[in-house]
Amino acid sequence: MAPPNGDKGTALLEKLSRIDSGKPPFGCMQCGLCAATCPLGPAMEYPPRKLILQTIAGNLDKVLTSPSLWMCVACYACSKRCPRGIELTEELWPALRDAAMQEGHQPPAELQETFQNVFKYGNVLGKSPRQRLQWAKDLDVRVLDLSKDPKPVDVLWLVGCYPSYYPRNQGVARSFARIMTELGVSWGILGTKEKAVGECDRMFGEEGLFETLVEQNRQLFDEQDFGKIVVLDPHAFRALQSFYPRFGAWYPVQHYTQFLEEYIEQLKPLMVKPVEAVVTYHDNCCVGRRCECYDPPRELLKLIPGVKLVEMSRNRDDSLCCGGGGGGMWLDAHIVANGGRRLSDERVQQAADTGADTLAVSCPYELSRFEDAAKVTGLEGKLKVRDIIELMAESMDLGERSIA
Amino acid sequence: MNIVVVVRQVPDLIEPLEIASSGDALDLDAASFIINESDDHALEQALLLKEAGGGGVTVVALDFGDVDNSLYAAAAKGADRIVKIAFDGDVPPPARESAALYAEAIKPLGADLVLVGVQAHDELDGGLSPFLAAALGMPYVGVIRGVKAGDAPGSVVACKEFPGAVMARMNVKLPALLGILGADQPPRYVPVSRIRGAMKTAQFEESAVAAAVAEPLLKVGGLSPPAPAARAEMLAGSEEEIAGRIVEILAEKGLVK
Repeated sequence: MAPPNGDKGTALLEKLSRIDSGKPPFGCMQCGLCAATCPLGPAMEYPPRKLILQTIAGNLDKVLTSPSLWMCVACYACSKRCPRGIELTEELWPALRDAAMQEGHQPPAELQETFQNVFKYGNVLGKSPRQRLQWAKDLDVRVLDLSKDPKPVDVLWLVGCYPSYYPRNQGVARSFARIMTELGVSWGILGTKEKAVGECDRMFGEEGLFETLVEQNRQLFDEQDFGKIVVLDPHAFRALQSFYPRFGAWYPVQHYTQFLEEYIEQLKPLMVKPVEAVVTYHDNCCVGRRCECYDPPRELLKLIPGVKLVEMSRNRDDSLCCGGGGGGMWLDAHIVANGGRRLSDERVQQAADTGADTLAVSCPYELSRFEDAAKVTGLEGKLKVRDIIELMAESMDLGERSIA
Repeated sequence: MNIVVVVRQVPDLIEPLEIASSGDALDLDAASFIINESDDHALEQALLLKEAGGGGVTVVALDFGDVDNSLYAAAAKGADRIVKIAFDGDVPPPARESAALYAEAIKPLGADLVLVGVQAHDELDGGLSPFLAAALGMPYVGVIRGVKAGDAPGSVVACKEFPGAVMARMNVKLPALLGILGADQPPRYVPVSRIRGAMKTAQFEESAVAAAVAEPLLKVGGLSPPAPAARAEMLAGSEEEIAGRIVEILAEKGLVK
């Protein structure tokens, strides 16, 4: 690639080159593997390869005003396959989006609303912070609210926005509370004080909002005495694992699949009820492709008597993204309006092609994304979408609902 | 063009509203406050006019609720001056009395154009904008959905919405006050990094206006939650039961088969 020439595009790439994450974008040799592997690349005016080319060629303004700037759903496929090791997903895309907003270009309206919800209320859904504990109402296990009753615990569980507020996900939160209690884990939550971790805000270039959340969360976490943080949301996992430490906020963190895998031996005798299902597992992008953590979710599924685990043709590092990552959850309309497709629609078809009757997931976004996709692709009633926690809780006879 | 915008705080309806024990007011202790939506549009319209034709934008606000957050955001968006009116009451005065306060703060600013949201969801005695126009002695046009600089110097063209989606374009000679329903574009998104920057650099001018706040003409006799009307059927039960009953009702009405 051409050397830096001093304009604002190359200045931006130079700044990225100083970040200790991936190789400098100037190393791009324009092989096009990133664009070819991007599931939305064919619909993008500027897929990853062209992003770098145009930015270096002095056409940053074209890049910043293109609708395709807001089409990346942070699946990490381009970063994973880049032969030069350039960190496109976590560095280049967010930096360009930040630059666009700093220059006054407006992000898609749906995303503006999400950003404002997080800034005002600390959650992506725009719900009242005071209702954040609604998921635990009348729960049959004790929920220790550390914000009111601070005590040393082994696990600080960040419940997350969707499991706290979204009815379809609240059952998952309740089941996870029961599983941890059954395992004798010492755990607590931050109650109504909990806030979004902010991964989607950072990935979509809202660096100032992300910094605000890091400051707020850091203060909340530092008031507590805990061994580690456990999250249901793979995006929160990635942010706490990789982005928070850049601000000096380092906390040991596990996604729930990693956490529960450590209890495999203890879990085995607790799986008392067969769950007769042919299950295929969807690797989420953050814990899966980005962190290469593929085995824990499968090991948990194998524990469940009655479950027959089958693999989709695209699995592990070749898994197709659900389309909801890094803020994509709110951008279906923008993506479709600009020639893209809903990746979740394609993914449920891949799941059904295995002969599975159940698509297992481990990300709060995916339940509603894939259930909606099953409805629009004619798979409703043929393909159930269930979180691994729901399947485990059913086998442990701790679940509160069975999905017909 | 020297543009002044009034920015008010209103209770955020994300929280359930509760009636105070006095029975004649809302319990605002637990409420959070946000910028009044049509004032946000008024600010956007002012910024668009400034960007198109130069001049300055001054935001005037009563020091109430979470007003600083709204003012930092206004500064981050491009407001040039922020004037905050000292106020230590529990509840902002009704529109007529508020108008006297705002007028005293706005008079020294030499405004060519004053933009005020045409409505706010906590108004009891009508909109602030006509009261304020009267207090400032300015001509007034309300329910405006877009403003452009006029062809003649010292004028603007305001787009006014009438019932039935009838729109009128009106030449308005300045100085004037416009009640804004909507700006030419939705209020802009400003990155939080800019707001954080404004928190460090923005200067608020304090206005200790001495307008005598008159005893309100309007007094609330009492508040109560809406009671079920004779023809209303309040549905209760689980989500499934409620959904089932809705389907039954639609079928009874012949709306679904």
